[in-house]
Amino acid sequence: MLDRTALTEAIYRAVGEAAVTLRPDVRIALASALETEPSERGCSIMRQLLENADIAAADDVPLCQDTGTAWVRLTLGVDERIPGDIQHLADEAVARAYADFGLRMSTVQDALLDRTNAGDNTPAFVSIELRPGRGARVEVMLKGGGSDNASALEMLPPSAGIEGVREFVMRTVEAKATGACPPLLVGVAVGGTFDTVAGLAKKALLRRIGTEAENPTAAGIESDLLEAINATGIGPAGLGGRTTALAVHLVTAPCHIAALPVAVNLGCCAVRSAIVEIA
Amino acid sequence: MCDVRFPASRAELAALAVGDEVTLSGEFYTARDATHARLTELLERDGVLPFDLAGATLFYAGPTPPRAGRPAGAIGPTTAKRMDAWTPQLLSAGIVAMIGKGARSQDVADACAATGSVYFAAVGGAAALLARHVTSMEPVAWPELGAEALFLVTLDRLPAFVAIDARGEDLYAAARREWRS
Repeated sequence: MLDRTALTEAIYRAVGEAAVTLRPDVRIALASALETEPSERGCSIMRQLLENADIAAADDVPLCQDTGTAWVRLTLGVDERIPGDIQHLADEAVARAYADFGLRMSTVQDALLDRTNAGDNTPAFVSIELRPGRGARVEVMLKGGGSDNASALEMLPPSAGIEGVREFVMRTVEAKATGACPPLLVGVAVGGTFDTVAGLAKKALLRRIGTEAENPTAAGIESDLLEAINATGIGPAGLGGRTTALAVHLVTAPCHIAALPVAVNLGCCAVRSAIVEIA
Repeated sequence: MCDVRFPASRAELAALAVGDEVTLSGEFYTARDATHARLTELLERDGVLPFDLAGATLFYAGPTPPRAGRPAGAIGPTTAKRMDAWTPQLLSAGIVAMIGKGARSQDVADACAATGSVYFAAVGGAAALLARHVTSMEPVAWPELGAEALFLVTLDRLPAFVAIDARGEDLYAAARREWRS
Protein backbone atom coordinates (compact mmCIF):
# COMPACT_ATOMS: atom_id res chain seq x y z
CA MET A 1 0.00 0.00 0.00
CA LEU A 2 1.17 3.53 -0.76
CA ASP A 3 1.73 4.88 2.68
CA ARG A 4 -0.33 7.95 3.55
CA THR A 5 2.58 9.43 5.47
CA ALA A 6 5.01 8.87 2.57
CA LEU A 7 2.69 10.67 0.12
CA THR A 8 2.11 13.56 2.53
CA GLU A 9 5.82 13.96 3.22
CA ALA A 10 6.67 13.80 -0.49
CA ILE A 11 4.25 16.66 -1.26
CA TYR A 12 5.54 18.62 1.73
CA ARG A 13 9.17 18.26 0.66
CA ALA A 14 8.43 19.02 -2.99
CA VAL A 15 6.67 22.29 -2.04
CA GLY A 16 9.68 23.42 0.02
CA GLU A 17 12.18 22.49 -2.65
CA ALA A 18 10.21 24.13 -5.47
CA ALA A 19 9.79 27.40 -3.56
CA VAL A 20 13.45 27.85 -2.65
CA THR A 21 15.57 26.09 -5.30
CA LEU A 22 15.78 27.35 -8.86
CA ARG A 23 15.32 24.43 -11.23
CA PRO A 24 18.79 23.38 -12.49
CA ASP A 25 17.58 23.41 -16.11
CA VAL A 26 16.32 27.00 -15.70
CA ARG A 27 19.62 28.09 -14.16
CA ILE A 28 21.59 26.56 -17.05
CA ALA A 29 19.29 28.16 -19.63
CA LEU A 30 19.58 31.59 -17.95
CA ALA A 31 23.37 31.35 -17.75
CA SER A 32 23.51 30.38 -21.41
CA ALA A 33 21.16 33.23 -22.44
CA LEU A 34 23.40 35.67 -20.56
CA GLU A 35 26.21 34.72 -22.97
CA THR A 36 24.21 35.68 -26.06
CA GLU A 37 21.87 38.49 -24.93
CA PRO A 38 22.91 41.71 -26.71
CA SER A 39 20.89 44.07 -24.48
CA GLU A 40 22.94 45.37 -21.56
CA ARG A 41 19.75 45.96 -19.57
CA GLY A 42 18.65 42.41 -20.35
CA CYS A 43 21.99 41.07 -19.08
CA SER A 44 21.75 43.14 -15.92
CA ILE A 45 18.29 41.63 -15.26
CA MET A 46 19.44 38.05 -15.87
CA ARG A 47 22.42 38.57 -13.56
CA GLN A 48 19.91 39.65 -10.88
CA LEU A 49 17.94 36.45 -11.50
CA LEU A 50 21.01 34.22 -11.14
CA GLU A 51 22.16 36.06 -8.03
CA ASN A 52 18.61 35.76 -6.69
CA ALA A 53 18.83 31.97 -6.99
CA ASP A 54 22.09 31.95 -5.01
CA ILE A 55 20.59 34.15 -2.29
CA ALA A 56 17.41 32.07 -2.01
CA ALA A 57 19.47 28.89 -1.60
CA ALA A 58 21.95 30.45 0.85
CA ASP A 59 19.29 32.10 3.03
CA ASP A 60 16.63 29.41 2.62
CA VAL A 61 14.04 31.96 1.46
CA PRO A 62 11.58 31.77 -1.47
CA LEU A 63 12.84 32.64 -4.96
CA CYS A 64 9.73 34.76 -5.50
CA GLN A 65 7.30 36.38 -3.08
CA ASP A 66 4.42 34.90 -5.06
CA THR A 67 4.69 31.34 -3.88
CA GLY A 68 1.59 30.59 -5.88
CA THR A 69 -1.15 28.07 -5.79
CA ALA A 70 0.08 24.53 -5.25
CA TRP A 71 -0.57 22.27 -8.22
CA VAL A 72 0.01 18.68 -7.14
CA ARG A 73 0.18 16.04 -9.84
CA LEU A 74 0.20 12.49 -8.57
CA THR A 75 1.07 9.60 -10.88
CA LEU A 76 0.13 6.49 -8.97
CA GLY A 77 1.14 2.89 -9.70
CA VAL A 78 -1.95 0.82 -10.52
CA ASP A 79 -0.70 -2.12 -8.42
CA GLU A 80 -0.73 -0.03 -5.26
CA ARG A 81 -3.50 0.28 -2.72
CA ILE A 82 -4.10 3.98 -2.47
CA PRO A 83 -5.29 6.06 0.49
CA GLY A 84 -8.79 7.34 -0.19
CA ASP A 85 -8.39 10.80 1.28
CA ILE A 86 -5.89 12.15 -1.24
CA GLN A 87 -7.36 15.66 -1.36
CA HIS A 88 -7.24 15.86 2.40
CA LEU A 89 -3.66 14.63 2.70
CA ALA A 90 -2.53 17.02 -0.08
CA ASP A 91 -4.22 19.96 1.69
CA GLU A 92 -2.57 18.96 4.95
CA ALA A 93 0.88 18.77 3.30
CA VAL A 94 0.43 22.09 1.51
CA ALA A 95 -0.82 23.95 4.60
CA ARG A 96 2.06 22.65 6.72
CA ALA A 97 4.70 23.34 4.05
CA TYR A 98 3.47 26.92 3.45
CA ALA A 99 3.65 27.64 7.18
CA ASP A 100 6.99 25.89 7.82
CA PHE A 101 8.89 27.23 4.80
CA GLY A 102 7.66 30.81 5.25
CA LEU A 103 5.66 30.93 2.01
CA ARG A 104 2.96 33.44 1.16
CA MET A 105 -0.68 32.51 1.62
CA SER A 106 -2.14 33.40 -1.75
CA THR A 107 -5.50 31.66 -2.07
CA VAL A 108 -8.93 33.15 -1.37
CA GLN A 109 -11.96 31.17 -0.19
CA ASP A 110 -13.97 31.72 -3.34
CA ALA A 111 -13.11 33.56 -6.54
CA LEU A 112 -16.39 35.46 -6.75
CA LEU A 113 -18.41 35.07 -3.57
CA ASP A 114 -15.84 35.30 -0.77
CA ARG A 115 -12.39 36.72 -1.47
CA THR A 116 -11.14 36.38 2.10
CA ASN A 117 -7.70 34.80 2.33
CA ALA A 118 -7.91 31.08 3.07
CA GLY A 119 -4.99 31.55 5.46
CA ASP A 120 -3.24 28.26 4.72
CA ASN A 121 -2.97 28.30 0.90
CA THR A 122 -5.38 25.42 0.49
CA PRO A 123 -6.90 23.85 -1.45
CA ALA A 124 -4.11 22.02 -3.22
CA PHE A 125 -5.05 21.73 -6.91
CA VAL A 126 -4.69 17.99 -7.31
CA SER A 127 -4.64 15.92 -10.47
CA ILE A 128 -4.30 12.16 -10.46
CA GLU A 129 -2.95 9.92 -13.18
CA LEU A 130 -2.11 6.24 -13.17
CA ARG A 131 0.90 4.31 -14.44
CA PRO A 132 1.73 0.59 -14.59
CA GLY A 133 3.43 -1.07 -11.62
CA ARG A 134 4.05 0.14 -8.13
CA GLY A 135 5.16 3.32 -6.43
CA ALA A 136 4.23 6.89 -7.26
CA ARG A 137 5.60 10.08 -8.67
CA VAL A 138 4.73 13.35 -6.95
CA GLU A 139 5.14 16.50 -9.03
CA VAL A 140 4.46 19.88 -7.51
CA MET A 141 4.28 23.20 -9.30
CA LEU A 142 3.85 26.47 -7.42
CA LYS A 143 2.24 28.69 -10.01
CA GLY A 144 2.41 32.44 -9.53
CA GLY A 145 -0.62 34.59 -10.30
CA GLY A 146 1.22 36.84 -12.75
CA SER A 147 2.24 33.99 -15.01
CA ASP A 148 -0.95 31.95 -14.63
CA ASN A 149 -3.02 35.03 -15.51
CA ALA A 150 -0.89 35.30 -18.64
CA SER A 151 -2.50 32.21 -20.09
CA ALA A 152 -5.11 31.71 -22.77
CA LEU A 153 -7.23 29.05 -24.39
CA GLU A 154 -9.00 28.98 -27.72
CA MET A 155 -11.08 26.38 -29.56
CA LEU A 156 -9.77 26.88 -33.08
CA PRO A 157 -11.40 25.31 -36.14
CA PRO A 158 -9.29 22.48 -37.62
CA SER A 159 -8.80 24.59 -40.76
CA ALA A 160 -6.64 26.99 -38.71
CA GLY A 161 -3.92 24.32 -38.65
CA ILE A 162 -0.35 24.91 -37.50
CA GLU A 163 -0.49 28.51 -38.71
CA GLY A 164 -3.54 29.19 -36.52
CA VAL A 165 -1.80 27.67 -33.52
CA ARG A 166 1.29 29.74 -34.14
CA GLU A 167 -0.74 32.93 -34.53
CA PHE A 168 -2.60 32.25 -31.26
CA VAL A 169 0.63 31.56 -29.34
CA MET A 170 2.24 34.75 -30.65
CA ARG A 171 -0.85 36.84 -29.88
CA THR A 172 -0.88 35.52 -26.31
CA VAL A 173 2.83 36.15 -25.76
CA GLU A 174 2.71 39.63 -27.33
CA ALA A 175 -0.22 40.66 -25.15
CA LYS A 176 0.76 39.11 -21.85
CA ALA A 177 4.51 38.44 -21.61
CA THR A 178 5.64 41.60 -19.82
CA GLY A 179 3.57 40.84 -16.73
CA ALA A 180 4.61 37.18 -16.62
CA CYS A 181 8.26 37.75 -15.65
CA PRO A 182 10.23 36.87 -18.78
CA PRO A 183 12.49 35.10 -19.75
CA LEU A 184 9.59 32.66 -20.02
CA LEU A 185 9.07 28.96 -20.34
CA VAL A 186 6.14 28.76 -22.77
CA GLY A 187 3.83 25.77 -22.37
CA VAL A 188 1.65 25.06 -25.41
CA ALA A 189 -0.93 22.29 -25.69
CA VAL A 190 -2.90 21.36 -28.77
CA GLY A 191 -5.65 18.75 -28.57
CA GLY A 192 -7.76 17.05 -25.94
CA THR A 193 -10.97 18.78 -24.87
CA PHE A 194 -11.83 22.26 -23.61
CA ASP A 195 -11.12 21.25 -20.02
CA THR A 196 -8.03 19.09 -20.57
CA VAL A 197 -6.05 21.28 -22.97
CA ALA A 198 -5.28 23.86 -20.28
CA GLY A 199 -3.94 21.18 -17.94
CA LEU A 200 -1.75 19.81 -20.71
CA ALA A 201 -0.25 23.28 -21.32
CA LYS A 202 0.64 23.49 -17.64
CA LYS A 203 2.03 19.97 -17.66
CA ALA A 204 4.33 21.02 -20.54
CA LEU A 205 6.14 23.29 -18.05
CA LEU A 206 7.26 20.27 -16.02
CA ARG A 207 9.47 19.04 -18.86
CA ARG A 208 13.10 19.98 -18.34
CA ILE A 209 14.49 22.68 -20.62
CA GLY A 210 17.03 21.16 -23.00
CA THR A 211 15.15 17.89 -23.45
CA GLU A 212 13.88 17.26 -26.98
CA ALA A 213 10.23 16.75 -27.84
CA GLU A 214 9.67 13.11 -28.73
CA ASN A 215 8.08 13.88 -32.09
CA PRO A 216 10.48 15.59 -34.56
CA THR A 217 7.68 17.69 -36.11
CA ALA A 218 6.74 18.92 -32.62
CA ALA A 219 10.41 19.72 -31.95
CA GLY A 220 10.48 21.78 -35.16
CA ILE A 221 7.36 23.72 -34.15
CA GLU A 222 8.92 24.39 -30.74
CA SER A 223 12.09 25.85 -32.23
CA ASP A 224 10.19 27.94 -34.79
CA LEU A 225 7.97 29.38 -32.05
CA LEU A 226 10.98 30.09 -29.81
CA GLU A 227 12.67 31.99 -32.62
CA ALA A 228 9.52 34.04 -33.30
CA ILE A 229 9.00 34.81 -29.60
CA ASN A 230 12.60 35.93 -29.21
CA ALA A 231 12.25 38.20 -32.23
CA THR A 232 9.48 40.21 -30.53
CA GLY A 233 12.05 42.29 -28.63
CA ILE A 234 10.11 41.93 -25.35
CA GLY A 235 13.24 40.65 -23.59
CA PRO A 236 14.11 39.97 -19.93
CA ALA A 237 11.55 41.55 -17.58
CA GLY A 238 9.85 42.90 -20.72
CA LEU A 239 12.41 45.73 -20.82
CA GLY A 240 13.91 44.89 -24.19
CA GLY A 241 16.22 42.26 -25.62
CA ARG A 242 16.35 38.96 -27.43
CA THR A 243 15.73 36.61 -24.51
CA THR A 244 11.94 36.67 -24.16
CA ALA A 245 11.69 32.89 -23.71
CA LEU A 246 14.15 30.20 -22.68
CA ALA A 247 12.13 27.43 -24.32
CA VAL A 248 8.78 26.47 -25.83
CA HIS A 249 7.35 23.10 -24.80
CA LEU A 250 4.59 21.63 -26.94
CA VAL A 251 2.23 18.81 -25.94
CA THR A 252 -0.22 17.37 -28.48
CA ALA A 253 -3.15 15.02 -27.93
CA PRO A 254 -6.10 13.38 -29.74
CA CYS A 255 -9.24 15.47 -30.14
CA HIS A 256 -12.71 15.62 -31.75
CA ILE A 257 -12.90 15.75 -35.57
CA ALA A 258 -14.40 19.24 -35.30
CA ALA A 259 -11.81 20.60 -32.88
CA LEU A 260 -8.37 22.15 -32.63
CA PRO A 261 -8.15 23.17 -28.96
CA VAL A 262 -5.07 25.20 -28.10
CA ALA A 263 -3.87 26.52 -24.75
CA VAL A 264 -0.87 28.55 -23.67
CA ASN A 265 0.38 28.56 -20.08
CA LEU A 266 3.33 30.82 -19.40
CA GLY A 267 6.01 29.81 -16.93
CA CYS A 268 7.98 32.68 -15.37
CA CYS A 269 11.77 33.00 -15.00
CA ALA A 270 11.39 31.42 -11.56
CA VAL A 271 9.12 28.61 -12.80
CA ARG A 272 8.89 26.42 -9.73
CA SER A 273 8.42 22.71 -9.76
CA ALA A 274 9.89 19.67 -8.05
CA ILE A 275 9.56 15.91 -8.42
CA VAL A 276 9.72 13.30 -5.69
CA GLU A 277 9.62 9.58 -6.57
CA ILE A 278 8.21 7.08 -4.08
CA ALA A 279 9.52 3.58 -4.69
CA MET B 1 23.76 54.66 -10.63
CA CYS B 2 21.45 57.26 -9.12
CA ASP B 3 19.80 56.58 -5.75
CA VAL B 4 16.36 58.18 -5.44
CA ARG B 5 15.15 58.94 -1.92
CA PHE B 6 11.50 58.71 -0.90
CA PRO B 7 9.24 60.41 -0.12
CA ALA B 8 10.25 62.25 -3.30
CA SER B 9 8.75 65.43 -4.67
CA ARG B 10 7.38 65.57 -8.20
CA ALA B 11 10.15 68.08 -8.99
CA GLU B 12 12.75 65.47 -8.04
CA LEU B 13 10.95 62.78 -10.03
CA ALA B 14 10.87 65.03 -13.11
CA ALA B 15 14.67 64.72 -13.31
CA LEU B 16 14.39 61.00 -14.09
CA ALA B 17 14.24 59.79 -17.69
CA VAL B 18 12.67 56.64 -19.06
CA GLY B 19 15.19 53.75 -19.11
CA ASP B 20 17.32 55.11 -16.24
CA GLU B 21 18.68 52.34 -14.01
CA VAL B 22 18.27 53.59 -10.45
CA THR B 23 18.10 52.44 -6.86
CA LEU B 24 15.21 53.33 -4.56
CA SER B 25 15.58 54.19 -0.87
CA GLY B 26 13.33 55.48 1.88
CA GLU B 27 9.63 55.01 2.60
CA PHE B 28 7.07 53.18 0.45
CA TYR B 29 3.64 51.63 1.00
CA THR B 30 2.75 48.15 -0.23
CA ALA B 31 -0.55 47.96 -2.08
CA ARG B 32 -2.08 45.26 -4.26
CA ASP B 33 -5.55 44.66 -5.70
CA ALA B 34 -7.60 44.43 -2.49
CA THR B 35 -5.70 47.39 -0.99
CA HIS B 36 -6.35 49.51 -4.08
CA ALA B 37 -10.06 48.78 -3.88
CA ARG B 38 -10.15 49.93 -0.25
CA LEU B 39 -7.95 53.00 -0.78
CA THR B 40 -10.15 54.13 -3.65
CA GLU B 41 -13.31 53.56 -1.66
CA LEU B 42 -12.02 55.77 1.17
CA LEU B 43 -10.77 58.37 -1.31
CA GLU B 44 -14.20 58.56 -2.92
CA ARG B 45 -15.93 58.77 0.46
CA ASP B 46 -13.65 61.38 2.07
CA GLY B 47 -12.23 63.24 -0.91
CA VAL B 48 -8.65 62.73 0.32
CA LEU B 49 -6.27 59.76 0.49
CA PRO B 50 -6.42 57.90 3.82
CA PHE B 51 -3.40 57.38 6.12
CA ASP B 52 -1.82 60.64 4.96
CA LEU B 53 -0.75 59.00 1.70
CA ALA B 54 -0.55 62.21 -0.35
CA GLY B 55 3.04 62.39 -1.63
CA ALA B 56 3.59 58.65 -1.04
CA THR B 57 4.85 55.97 -3.41
CA LEU B 58 3.09 52.61 -3.74
CA PHE B 59 5.02 49.35 -4.05
CA TYR B 60 2.81 46.75 -5.75
CA ALA B 61 3.94 43.86 -3.59
CA GLY B 62 2.73 41.23 -1.18
CA PRO B 63 5.68 39.90 0.83
CA THR B 64 6.31 36.47 2.28
CA PRO B 65 6.60 36.30 6.10
CA PRO B 66 9.80 37.34 7.94
CA ARG B 67 12.68 34.87 7.50
CA ALA B 68 16.49 34.71 7.59
CA GLY B 69 16.49 37.66 10.01
CA ARG B 70 14.78 39.90 7.46
CA PRO B 71 11.44 41.74 7.69
CA ALA B 72 10.27 39.74 4.63
CA GLY B 73 11.83 36.53 3.38
CA ALA B 74 11.02 37.53 -0.18
CA ILE B 75 9.43 40.63 -1.67
CA GLY B 76 9.03 41.68 -5.27
CA PRO B 77 6.81 43.52 -7.70
CA THR B 78 3.45 42.14 -8.78
CA THR B 79 1.88 42.71 -12.21
CA ALA B 80 1.11 46.41 -12.39
CA LYS B 81 -1.54 46.17 -15.12
CA ARG B 82 -4.06 44.89 -12.58
CA MET B 83 -3.85 48.26 -10.77
CA ASP B 84 -4.38 50.30 -13.96
CA ALA B 85 -8.08 50.87 -13.38
CA TRP B 86 -7.41 52.61 -10.03
CA THR B 87 -4.15 54.37 -10.87
CA PRO B 88 -5.17 57.64 -12.60
CA GLN B 89 -7.50 58.48 -9.70
CA LEU B 90 -4.80 57.76 -7.10
CA LEU B 91 -2.19 59.84 -8.97
CA SER B 92 -4.61 62.76 -9.15
CA ALA B 93 -5.16 62.45 -5.40
CA GLY B 94 -1.44 62.66 -4.61
CA ILE B 95 0.35 59.32 -5.07
CA VAL B 96 3.56 60.37 -6.87
CA ALA B 97 5.14 57.08 -7.95
CA MET B 98 4.68 53.32 -8.16
CA ILE B 99 6.91 50.24 -8.22
CA GLY B 100 5.66 47.20 -10.10
CA LYS B 101 6.36 45.01 -13.09
CA GLY B 102 5.06 44.79 -16.61
CA ALA B 103 3.53 47.17 -19.14
CA ARG B 104 0.73 49.61 -18.21
CA SER B 105 -2.22 51.01 -20.12
CA GLN B 106 -2.02 54.21 -22.15
CA ASP B 107 -4.33 55.76 -19.53
CA VAL B 108 -1.64 55.25 -16.88
CA ALA B 109 1.10 56.74 -19.08
CA ASP B 110 -1.18 59.72 -19.77
CA ALA B 111 -1.92 60.10 -16.05
CA CYS B 112 1.83 60.06 -15.29
CA ALA B 113 2.33 62.86 -17.81
CA ALA B 114 -0.64 64.84 -16.52
CA THR B 115 0.42 64.65 -12.86
CA GLY B 116 4.23 64.34 -13.19
CA SER B 117 4.28 60.85 -11.66
CA VAL B 118 6.68 57.98 -12.30
CA TYR B 119 6.33 54.20 -12.65
CA PHE B 120 9.38 52.15 -11.69
CA ALA B 121 9.86 48.53 -12.78
CA ALA B 122 11.67 46.15 -10.47
CA VAL B 123 12.66 42.67 -11.63
CA GLY B 124 9.98 40.03 -11.13
CA GLY B 125 11.44 36.72 -9.99
CA ALA B 126 14.27 38.33 -8.00
CA ALA B 127 12.43 38.57 -4.68
CA ALA B 128 15.09 36.93 -2.49
CA LEU B 129 17.60 39.49 -3.77
CA LEU B 130 15.16 42.40 -3.44
CA ALA B 131 14.31 41.39 0.15
CA ARG B 132 17.93 42.12 1.12
CA HIS B 133 17.11 45.79 0.37
CA VAL B 134 14.24 45.94 2.87
CA THR B 135 15.23 47.38 6.24
CA SER B 136 11.82 47.43 7.92
CA MET B 137 8.15 46.64 7.42
CA GLU B 138 5.44 48.12 9.62
CA PRO B 139 1.75 47.22 9.29
CA VAL B 140 -0.39 50.32 8.65
CA ALA B 141 -3.85 48.91 8.00
CA TRP B 142 -6.02 45.93 7.11
CA PRO B 143 -4.06 43.01 8.61
CA GLU B 144 -6.99 40.75 7.70
CA LEU B 145 -5.86 41.02 4.09
CA GLY B 146 -2.74 38.99 4.94
CA ALA B 147 -0.08 39.60 2.29
CA GLU B 148 -2.33 42.28 0.79
CA ALA B 149 -2.33 44.43 3.94
CA LEU B 150 -1.03 48.00 3.74
CA PHE B 151 2.57 48.04 5.05
CA LEU B 152 5.01 50.91 5.41
CA VAL B 153 8.21 49.46 3.97
CA THR B 154 11.64 51.05 4.22
CA LEU B 155 14.01 50.26 1.38
CA ASP B 156 17.74 50.67 1.04
CA ARG B 157 18.88 50.91 -2.60
CA LEU B 158 16.41 48.57 -4.23
CA PRO B 159 17.41 48.15 -7.92
CA ALA B 160 14.81 49.34 -10.46
CA PHE B 161 14.32 50.98 -13.86
CA VAL B 162 12.32 54.08 -14.78
CA ALA B 163 9.57 52.43 -16.84
CA ILE B 164 7.25 55.44 -17.33
CA ASP B 165 8.70 58.86 -16.65
CA ALA B 166 7.00 62.08 -15.62
CA ARG B 167 6.48 62.98 -19.29
CA GLY B 168 4.59 59.74 -19.92
CA GLU B 169 7.39 58.09 -21.95
CA ASP B 170 7.01 54.31 -21.73
CA LEU B 171 10.05 51.99 -21.59
CA TYR B 172 8.06 48.88 -22.57
CA ALA B 173 7.01 50.46 -25.86
CA ALA B 174 10.46 51.96 -26.49
CA ALA B 175 12.22 48.67 -25.76
CA ARG B 176 10.00 46.84 -28.23
CA ARG B 177 10.78 49.38 -30.95
CA GLU B 178 14.49 49.06 -30.22
CA TRP B 179 14.75 45.27 -30.02
CA ARG B 180 12.09 43.86 -32.34
CA SER B 181 13.72 42.15 -35.32
